[in-house]
Amino acid sequence: MSFDLSHLRQLEAESIHIFREVAAEFERPCLLFSGGKDSIVMLHLAQKAFWPARMPFVVMHVDTGHNFAEVLEFRDRRVAELGVRLVVASVPEAIDAGRAVEETGPRASRNRLQTAVLLHAIEENRFDALFGGARRDEEKARAKERVYSFRDEFGQWDPKNQRPELWSLYNGRIRMGEHIRVFPISNYTELDVWQYIKDEEIEVPSVYFAHRREVFERDSVLLSTGPYVTLMDGEEPFTETVRYRTVGDMSCTGAVPSSADTVDKIIEEVAATRITERGATRADDKVSEAAMEDRKREGYF
Amino acid sequence: MEMLRFATAGSVDDGKSTLIGRLLYDTKTIFEDQLEAVEKASVQMGAEYTNLALLTDGLRAEREQGITIDVAYRYFATPRRKFIIADTPGHIQYTRNMVTGASTADLAIVLIDARKGVLEQSRRHGFLASLLRIPHLVLAVNKMDLVDYDQQRFFEVRNEFRDFAAKLNIADLTFIPVSALHGDNIVDRSANMEWYQGSSLLHHLEEVHIASDRNLIDARFPVQYVIRPQSDQYHDYRGYAGTVAGGVLRTGDEVTVLASGFSSTIKSIDTFDGPVAEAFSPMAVTIRLNDEIDISRGDMIVRPNNQPTVAQDIDAMVCWMSERVSLRPNSKFVIKHTTRSTKAIVKDLTYLLDVNTLHRDDSAAELSLNEIGRVQIRSQVPLFFDEYRRNRQTGSFVLIDEATNATVAAGMILGTLS
Ligand SMILES: Nc1nc2c(ncn2[C@@H]2O[C@H](COP(=O)(O)OP(=O)(O)OP(=O)(O)O)[C@@H](O)[C@H]2O)c(=O)[nH]1
Ligand SMILES: [Mg+2]
Repeated sequence: MSFDLSHLRQLEAESIHIFREVAAEFERPCLLFSGGKDSIVMLHLAQKAFWPARMPFVVMHVDTGHNFAEVLEFRDRRVAELGVRLVVASVPEAIDAGRAVEETGPRASRNRLQTAVLLHAIEENRFDALFGGARRDEEKARAKERVYSFRDEFGQWDPKNQRPELWSLYNGRIRMGEHIRVFPISNYTELDVWQYIKDEEIEVPSVYFAHRREVFERDSVLLSTGPYVTLMDGEEPFTETVRYRTVGDMSCTGAVPSSADTVDKIIEEVAATRITERGATRADDKVSEAAMEDRKREGYF
Repeated sequence: MEMLRFATAGSVDDGKSTLIGRLLYDTKTIFEDQLEAVEKASVQMGAEYTNLALLTDGLRAEREQGITIDVAYRYFATPRRKFIIADTPGHIQYTRNMVTGASTADLAIVLIDARKGVLEQSRRHGFLASLLRIPHLVLAVNKMDLVDYDQQRFFEVRNEFRDFAAKLNIADLTFIPVSALHGDNIVDRSANMEWYQGSSLLHHLEEVHIASDRNLIDARFPVQYVIRPQSDQYHDYRGYAGTVAGGVLRTGDEVTVLASGFSSTIKSIDTFDGPVAEAFSPMAVTIRLNDEIDISRGDMIVRPNNQPTVAQDIDAMVCWMSERVSLRPNSKFVIKHTTRSTKAIVKDLTYLLDVNTLHRDDSAAELSLNEIGRVQIRSQVPLFFDEYRRNRQTGSFVLIDEATNATVAAGMILGTLS
């Protein structure tokens, strides 16, 4: 008998351990679910961690209003299957209620607003732990973050003053009003996520697979045409075979040219790619070198 | 695929981040957009070469100061293994972040600048690696390009570190001469050092034998969470969820539950994918027993004839991590050990250890930031533990300051007090 676990099984065990630790030590945890592959994997792991019981927390979607229809449909179906409660923290509602002000112009983004809406929802629901699907391989500020990431009463992250995190002894002690962001899939890479999706036969929304779509190019990112974007001068829509590597706000998430229409082909493509997931697809990260660190400090995912 | 976690360590500017950058670069794990960003930043900073350290020094403050402040985690894979790298800071002020990165490592690479030789921080990190019982240590003598790839200089540094290491518990120590900046002996053997007959760093990382580093002897199952579905289908289901912290547990095994001491047998070991016949570290499973026993989080399922120490008096080494408070006799903390948290009081500071000379100062009155010492602690309720050297999971703990909720110490258990 060899008692070996593959790297995917080790990563899975680590995630399950984290889920159970949070469920045991926090009063009001919540899982952030965007309908993207990482949060789908996270939801799957949560299901495994508590089986045959239901996961003992709610699921929250921070909804910018700029969604892919198939992702919303997927979200609702998954939540119904699992019998968990869905909380929707809505950016459009916050705008209507005057809690947030929409940016203007063709490059308007609801990215910053998302942070305010998220923090408001945390406060309103008194969540004390929020599971996020961020991975450390995504971005250099995320590469620095703990599995249990402490947020003060303003929801802010202080990268220069993180709690030491030793072995698998996570310190989740907080005061009223503070919370912990928990990242159970910190150590998965994009390739690990896809291999895990394959191994576990996890369903993901159709936008991840190659399909024909009308797009245009902005800041070297391919954005989908549609109701959430206004074309600027010189931007010409064209139809291309693309897929999404990440799924988020339609107005700033780019598609990549790809013919990968099965999970196997996606794995092949991801293994060979020379551009990071965010570099290829996120207009919002191109603002500055430290864009992610700055947004995270303010309380972003 | 197998997985290996390793951490870099060593003094400021010895080239840890550059080494990681080089490993990623030469294994083609760096993405074009990352490289482009790093090239741009290097030019902006007026650097002569592309500064590969910027691949891991991702925080604003780190780039401004040109040093690493906190651990960065990086990932790469070869056909043989998946690697998780913790690039840790060399600066003494950030030792706690080094310990964070090293606590889960299977292997540590301590870098030494060939020109400077063994410095205090090299010794500190070598010592911490041995204290944390990282099973494999690589001493990378770096910047060989700046000493003309001189064999003699490599031997001098090697002997100097070996003398120090002889006083430590290091099971597996390997020396490799490298230039992180130029890539010598990182992925391929260097043509500049024909005299070196050993493996390149990457080859060593791929081949080092880690399968036997785990404890597969002493069955330890700290109960993390009790699963009670309260559904019609699983009406009477009661499972104890946790991560195996040692040994192997099998269906049918006779077990004892601590703290109560009651015995039972394992009815099944459940997972979402169905029951398994046996579970070993680090599997996360759910155990059901044949008898109704009151079990909750913080209890531990073990084998009747192989039990951990059950005690309130703990003899341990601690690494102190707080600048705000120091450790003194009678200080009170929360101790977190496996899945159990309780209060604890420091009974005695046996000695403070000088990591340079390994001298024990038994007249020390306190431990302050980044100091290491031996302490005696009494917990409010008994803990179920093993010596850290026998089991890194059941032998480790952290101390938390109740006033600030900060993690203030990493502890490694030596035993109980007789
Ligand atoms: N000539 C030469 N320079 C090197 C080599 N390795 C690193 N350097 C340089 O040494 C300096 C410090 O390197 P870093 O990689 O930032 O050092 P570090 O050990 O990560 O430092 P901290 O993380 O702050 O403790 C940089 O200017 C590197 O370019 C080498 O092999 N040869
Ligand atoms: Mg560094």
